[in-house]
Amino acid sequence: MLDILKAPVETFQDFVVLSGRAIGNAFRSPHYFDDIVLQSDAIGVGSLLIVLFIGLFSGLVMGLQLSRTLATYGATAEMGQLVSVVLVRELGPVLVALLVAGRNASGIASELGSMKVTEQIDAMRALGTDPTQKLVTPRLIAMAVTLPLLTILADFIGLIGGYLIGRYRFGLPFSQYWTSAWQILQYNDVVQGLVKPFAFAVIISLVGCFYGIRTSGGTEGVGRSTTKAVVVSSIWIFVVDFFLGEIFVNLT
Amino acid sequence: MSAPASSVLRFENVSVSFGGVKALEGVSFEMDAGAVRIVYGAAGSGKTTLLKVALGLVCPDSGNVFVFGENVTHLSENDWFKIRAKMGILFQEGGLFDSMTIAENVAYPLLNQQVSAGRASENGQVGERVREALRFVELESTLEKFPSELSGGMRRRVGIARAIVTEPPLLLYDSPTAGLDPITANTIINLILKERDLRHATSMMVTHRFQDGHLLANFRYNPDSGQIERVVRNSNGGSQVTTKFFVMHEGRLVFEGTQQELKASRDAYVQKFAK
Ligand SMILES: Nc1ncnc2c1ncn2[C@@H]1O[C@H](COP(=O)(O)OP(=O)(O)OP(=O)(O)O)[C@@H](O)[C@H]1O
Ligand SMILES: [Mg+2]
Repeated sequence: MLDILKAPVETFQDFVVLSGRAIGNAFRSPHYFDDIVLQSDAIGVGSLLIVLFIGLFSGLVMGLQLSRTLATYGATAEMGQLVSVVLVRELGPVLVALLVAGRNASGIASELGSMKVTEQIDAMRALGTDPTQKLVTPRLIAMAVTLPLLTILADFIGLIGGYLIGRYRFGLPFSQYWTSAWQILQYNDVVQGLVKPFAFAVIISLVGCFYGIRTSGGTEGVGRSTTKAVVVSSIWIFVVDFFLGEIFVNLT
Repeated sequence: MSAPASSVLRFENVSVSFGGVKALEGVSFEMDAGAVRIVYGAAGSGKTTLLKVALGLVCPDSGNVFVFGENVTHLSENDWFKIRAKMGILFQEGGLFDSMTIAENVAYPLLNQQVSAGRASENGQVGERVREALRFVELESTLEKFPSELSGGMRRRVGIARAIVTEPPLLLYDSPTAGLDPITANTIINLILKERDLRHATSMMVTHRFQDGHLLANFRYNPDSGQIERVVRNSNGGSQVTTKFFVMHEGRLVFEGTQQELKASRDAYVQKFAK
């Protein structure tokens, strides 16, 4: 029994050690600003279009699905509120995080994994650079900055999607939709909508780096690490989403 | 207990295992300044692990490692950086940074050492040393190329340039000729020979090829003629290089001795590397 638990516990321990070092490095020099900019570009700008696309369609779909129920109760005027609350609290952060996990946790894991199997990470250490400082920390910082920004954008575009449905199905006036969408949001919702993507960013970047750096067994190993990075980070996104939701629900 | 001052690299009963696999088992040896060691061994016999332990990239499970007379067995990563600055390494898989040009790759250890020594980078000087190192391996024309644009043999040569650019007193070469055609392989060995005879760095070279060890043990670079020539052995020859051979088998060091002793060995496994 203990033997079965040993491997995952050790893996988790290694993960905690790497995370601690990576986060500590963010407050320690040397800082590799070039790498931070490069990674922000890869994650933020690279994911921009697809995030906007996903945001728009989740807003459209939500508007569509809600419209029937709301019409039943004659409450179509409340559409702005509903779309806004669901997007900002929940759907925006999770959808964007899952998308970026699929796109970038795998990208990070395969890039670092190839560096590992071609001994570039060993070379880094041999030539006097700490790979955590040079590879992990810039990705962590870049992700922590860009993922909340992407989420805000997706939320906003999603609201526009909801508005389009309201406008063309029910002739909902512009000001009615947007005022109710804006006024329903409380401080708690906005904080929740930003804390979540920040936490997901930490998960995606660290899990991606962790499996990348642990890669062994040649090119085949790179494929395995990539898959693991996506699966594990997606699972953690849902788990952490639940617990953060729990905390914020109790705060109101 | 510390090693004598002239000792450059010393292993005392070093063992390393990965999971259940014993990569090194009770390995002990010593290399003095200027010594040359050629390490033979089958695939998976622990040759790369041996070099990585010497560099502090892999921590031994037991035993002691001394580098430049200092016990480095339990050194922190930060202290290792100072020691590694005096070591050059050519990795088996190359280890060149894909995202950097050849010039940036070769400049990397130089710039890193300047940063850690707190000196402002004297860019002109770095550029000159990078060109000099690339000229040594006859690849001066590739400065602005990326590693992916070079052939396997050229990448190996860039790896050598990067290893020697800081003029380290201890050089480690991991399988420099693996996967190369015989002509390119000889070019690489000639470069290693030349480096050894120009700077007399202590060197350890891992290889599968008998030919590599043979060249290193019996030939020398003549700086006057610029040619590689056979060492003429007489009883008290002046420029005799202290080349010795190691043979590794499943993590253990099963043979240590001169080429004559290697040839005379009766062990069937050791014999495989004698010709
Ligand atoms: N990071 C690692 N994780 C797990 N096992 C490893 C690791 N590095 C080496 N090993 C194992 O240790 C043993 C020795 O490996 P090593 O790379 O030192 O062999 P080698 O002599 O360099 O082989 P080759 O000639 O193929 O390069 C092998 O069985 C290998 O599978
Ligand atoms: Mg090897």
